Amino acid sequence: MEFNESFILGCSAIGAGLAVIAGIGPGVGQGIAAGHAAAAVGRNPGAKSEITSTMLLGQAVAETTGLYGLLIAFLLLFLKPLLW
Amino acid sequence: MGSLVWLSSSSDVDVMAHGLLKYHFFGHEVWITTTHVSLLLVMMILIGFSIAAGMAMRKGTLVPGGFQNVVELIVEKLDNMVDGTMGRNAKKYYNYIGTVFIFILISNISGLMGLRPPTADYGVTLPLGILTFLLIHYNEFRYQKLKDIWKDKCSPLPPWLPIWLPINIVSDVAVPISLSLRLFANILSGTIMMALVYGLLGWFATIWPAALHVYFDLFSGAIQTYVFCMLTMTYVTNAIGDGAEAK
Repeated sequence: MEFNESFILGCSAIGAGLAVIAGIGPGVGQGIAAGHAAAAVGRNPGAKSEITSTMLLGQAVAETTGLYGLLIAFLLLFLKPLLW
Repeated sequence: MGSLVWLSSSSDVDVMAHGLLKYHFFGHEVWITTTHVSLLLVMMILIGFSIAAGMAMRKGTLVPGGFQNVVELIVEKLDNMVDGTMGRNAKKYYNYIGTVFIFILISNISGLMGLRPPTADYGVTLPLGILTFLLIHYNEFRYQKLKDIWKDKCSPLPPWLPIWLPINIVSDVAVPISLSLRLFANILSGTIMMALVYGLLGWFATIWPAALHVYFDLFSGAIQTYVFCMLTMTYVTNAIGDGAEAK
């Protein structure tokens, strides 16, 4: 069965949309990290700068999985590997 | 065909690195791309800054003023960052971490100057990840006993039962890949976002994209630079371990 170009591009777009669902995980994770950081600052306002840098580090690491999904979406949309 | 095709083939939306010059090198086709050009510009900025800093420090005074003050501030901040993470091993890594930090930072924020950031090319970030990988394992083999390394690699199970060994090796190999992909994907997504805003909105994209530039180029770039250096330092400190005395 032969697929034409429009069909493959449409399926790539659907795949890209599905791949970006990966953004849910980092969203939840970063929210939890920020919430706990806020609680920690409330408990110990003196350590604010250290808490903030730790939080940003953890959030940036948690963001990675979401970025993998975004990367797959970009590959599908711009590089179009299924058309090769 | 729908807007997807228009979006991906439109000349307005320009996100990929382009080849500028092709030549043959030992029978291979080698391209000079836009990444090389922006890398060269970043390098020229850095080299110019270091020459100026060197001249300022040569006729430096005990009480710093003007440009000397700025240079000393930068070096002091970077050294403090390395000190805070690496403790007593910090002295050997001031130079490497400082260099990597300034290079990645200038590369990331070069999007502000209208360049395509060099770090939005996987060929730039993967070598940085591989350098970290080499540093980790050089220090591991230098400062730890082979027996301890073997025990560590079989870690949740006892050392005479190396079933877990392949999984630990895979997680070691994943370190440079995840480090470089994190930096690459962040900067690439910022670049693509800005290209979409400028390419698709046309005249509507005036003035207010500056706020997006502040987020995608300055904030995101600075955070990713910090994270890259922080993770490199943490991994290297773990590899050195606390038993051996670092000279």
